[in-house]
Formats: sequence, C-alpha cells, structure tokens
Amino acid sequence: MVLPLVYAINNAFKPLDEIFLFPPTLFVRNPTLNNFSDLLNLLGESWVPFSRYIFNTVFITLTGVIGHVIFASAAAFPLAKHRFPGKKSLFQVVVLSLMFTPAVTAIPNYMVMSWLGLIDTYWAVIVPAFSYSLGLYLMKQFMEQMPDALLEAAKIDGASEYRIFWTIVMPNVKPAWLTLVILQFQILWGSDGNGFIYSEQLKSLHFAANQIIYGGIARAGAAAAVALILMSVPITLFVFSQSKIIETMASSGMKD
Amino acid sequence: MSNWWSLKVSEIKKSKHSYVLLAPYMILFAVFTVLPVIMSMVLSFTYFNMLEFPKFIGWHNYSRLFLEDDIFLIAIKNTILFAVITGPVSYIACFVFAWIINELSPKLRAFMTLVFYAPSISGNVFFIWLMIFSGDRYGIMNGLLLKLGILMEPIQWLKEEQYILAIIIIVQLWLSLGTGFLAFIAGLQTVDRTLYEAGAVDGIRNRWQELWYITLPSMRPQLMFGAVIQITTSLAVSDVSIALAGFPSVNYAAETIVTHLIDYGTTRFEMGFASSIATVLFIIMLSTNLIVQKLLRKVGE
Repeated sequence: MVLPLVYAINNAFKPLDEIFLFPPTLFVRNPTLNNFSDLLNLLGESWVPFSRYIFNTVFITLTGVIGHVIFASAAAFPLAKHRFPGKKSLFQVVVLSLMFTPAVTAIPNYMVMSWLGLIDTYWAVIVPAFSYSLGLYLMKQFMEQMPDALLEAAKIDGASEYRIFWTIVMPNVKPAWLTLVILQFQILWGSDGNGFIYSEQLKSLHFAANQIIYGGIARAGAAAAVALILMSVPITLFVFSQSKIIETMASSGMKD
Repeated sequence: MSNWWSLKVSEIKKSKHSYVLLAPYMILFAVFTVLPVIMSMVLSFTYFNMLEFPKFIGWHNYSRLFLEDDIFLIAIKNTILFAVITGPVSYIACFVFAWIINELSPKLRAFMTLVFYAPSISGNVFFIWLMIFSGDRYGIMNGLLLKLGILMEPIQWLKEEQYILAIIIIVQLWLSLGTGFLAFIAGLQTVDRTLYEAGAVDGIRNRWQELWYITLPSMRPQLMFGAVIQITTSLAVSDVSIALAGFPSVNYAAETIVTHLIDYGTTRFEMGFASSIATVLFIIMLSTNLIVQKLLRKVGE
C-alpha cells in the first residue's frame, strides 16, 4: 500500500541520475532539493505566471467548499429535522444520485453550462460543486442525531428557523462540515476544469502540474517535486481533521 | 379528496421555512444533476452533433451500440471485468483493513487510517505507477525482474494488451480505500460492546460467529453506504485507464464504457450516440446498486 507513496516522496528528492539508475532504487541516497529549484525555474518560464494557476485553484477550491457547506447544510437541516410534504422523495432522489458518476451527465452538463453562459469561467466548476450530493447525504445523516430538545428550546424562545439553523444547528455539526470540507476540497483541488475552462489564465494548478508531469525525461525530477507538493496538501488537511471525519462517518449508514 | 388537498396545501404553507432552506441546493441539484440525466435519456434517441437541432431517430443509437459497435463490446467487457474484480475485492479489503485497524490503539489506528486512505486523497498521484511500470529498465518493475534474472529484456507493460488490464486493476485497488473505508472504521467503533457480552452468553463461540451475527448486522447501514460508493467507483474506471494506458489505449485494450463515452462525446461529437452510452452506463450503475442493496439487507439474518 505505502510503497508507491514512499517511492513518490523519495523520487522528489532524488538527483536526476538517481531517478534513472539501474537497478532502480526505492529510497534516495543523496537527497537534494534540486528538483524543487528546477521546478521553480520551470515555473518562472511559464507563459502565464505560475502564481495565477495557484490563485485559480485556491479561488475555485475556497469558493466551492464554502458554498457547498452552506448550501448542503441549509438543505440538510429541514430534511433531517422537519416534517413537510415531499421530504422523503427529495431525499430519495439525492440517494439515487450517489449511485452514478458525473460521467453520465457530462454531455448535457456542457449544454446546460453553455445555456447559462458559464463556459470558460470559474463558475462552471464552482456552481455544480455546491450541489455535490454526497455532502448533503452525510450532513443530513449527521444532523438527524442532534437532540431535538436543543431545537425545541430555541423555538420556545422565539427564534426563527433561519436563526436556529445558523446559531444552533451549524455550531453543533462541526464534525460534519469538516468532513464536507475535506471531501469537496479533494475534488476541487484536483480539478482540471472538467473540460469547461479553455483560457490559459483560468486553468488550474492541477492542469499546469500535469503538463510538467507528462513532460518527459528532462522534467522527471520537477514532476516528482510538483506531485509531492500537490498531494501533501489534502493529506495534511486529512491528518488534522481525521477524528472529526470518522465521527461523521459513524452516522453515514443507509437506513432503508 | 379536496379535503386531503387543502390539508396538503396548509402543510406546505406551514413548512415554508423548510422549502426556503432547501431551495438553493435543490435548484442547483435539479439543474446540474436531474435535468442532465433526463436530457441524456432524451438525446439518446436522437442524432445530435451540437450544430444542428437534434433529430429523432428512435432506437437506432442503441441498435448501433450493441450490434455494430465492436469497441463498445470491448468496453462493456472491460468495465464488467473491472467491476467484478475491483468491486468485491475493494469492498472486502475496506472491511478487513477497517476490522484490523479497529483492534489497534487509538494513536496507531489514526496512523494506519492515514496510510491506507492516503492514496485515494492524493489526487493524481497514481501517475507514480507510470514510473513503476515504465517500459524501460529504469522502471521499478522491469528493474527488479531484470536484476533477479527473470526477464532478459524490459517489458513494455503499458503497451502490451495482456498486461494492461491487470495493471489497471492493481492501481484501481490501490486507490479504492476511500470514503467507504472511513465509513467502515466509524461503523466498527459504534458497534455496541454489550452486544458481544450478551452474545457470549447466548453461545457465540468464535470470532467468525461474532462477526457474522453481531458485528455485520450492527453496521449494516454503513455496509450499504460503503457498497454504493465502491460499486459506483468500480463501474466508472476511466482516469486511471487514460493516464496509464493512454487514450485510446493500444487496440482499445483498456477501453471502458466511460472512456468510450469520452471518445464519442468529446472527440467525435456524436452527442446522441454518446448519450446512449451514458444512458446504458446509468442503467447499469443504478440497477447494480439497487440489487446489491437488496442483498445486503439480508446480511446476518
């Protein structure tokens, strides 16, 4: 399980002659930071300043994650705690949507995007991310476990539903929104624009990294370095949120 | 009837707040998920090239897909092969690893969780397998086998049909300890400890009986959730295939339904035909999931 990752990490610190050594080695012998400085040089030469790619990915990821957490939580609250006509069937549809992948809807999605005029904008990636269904599902399952007494008390004090949602429900479901954050982060961080973004200056970090990664032998060192940088971000995030995520997953089960 | 109706209307009015909270999400969900599924089904009965208005052609796309398109048959065969192997194996692996991890001390448990989960969140790091199965002698696999004297000359792992499928399966399995795995770890922690004591009194003798009669039924909801995740991923193999085997792969050896869909949708612009591929995929995914859900309800009964 770990060996490929260990190999990936070690490669990032290998001098070029060690990457192409026979027989190949797993561990680095003379660790060097050359690959990272090579990477910096490469980045300095790119047509669009590299900071732009970073900004694009960070902007898409942040906006997408925040919007997703708010939209999905707002929808999860009534689904978990209120009774109203249509509740069951609405949730059923969301569960069904967990059962197929975005590939199924890729073509019509492109048409919808072009009708909405979102092609070649950040929003083509961000807006659909708001309605990612796994997030709503996990949030709703988690909210169901909240004690009703908490909500009743606030209601008696005369708080509106929106107030209850924002000041009572949201602080109480912190583990769940951390989980939504990491799941969505992972998707958006690795996004290459889903085929909606053409302008070089709007493209993502992942896209730029792929150009280096598939750039051939001369760039093997820089490729290993960029891969290490890209993967370390979601992994770090997971290290810090692991216990909260496991807490959320405890309520992830499907109850008929 | 009118009574029932007015009751519904008053209920709906009373739940105004619920609908307001739901609206933003549900509108987006309808526009970006529900509508596209319906559009895809409608388009699958048309000839559509993105320039002219779609022309209705009945079942023609489907008959072409199943009767004339040889490559689609390869794609279906590969997709089913991947799903039948990676689906159950990854599902069982998720559970077994979660089960083993569950016995560890909390610190070690957190560390092992990270180790197993890391590949699935590291994004496109699976490109590292390109270097492992690289076709020259600097690739780990070739280097190792050459050194041991098993091979006389390096093998083009990713360019030879007989190896491609196996390699994709390995990588796909490596990536598969994801959300389902986390759900199982969490599920195992929520099993009520007193059930085991009660079980011991009722004559449960070994760990296997404990597993089958207590642990599995207690975490059935997580098992069902995990199944949905693993099935859906195992039927959607495409990124790994494209990254490792290329697009299109040698002799379409690694073609899957999704790569076939990408081929017609983004390269050939035969949108009607591509939509029929999408619809077939949709039906396969949904029906497999629903059948497996039915089966899992029976666990431990």
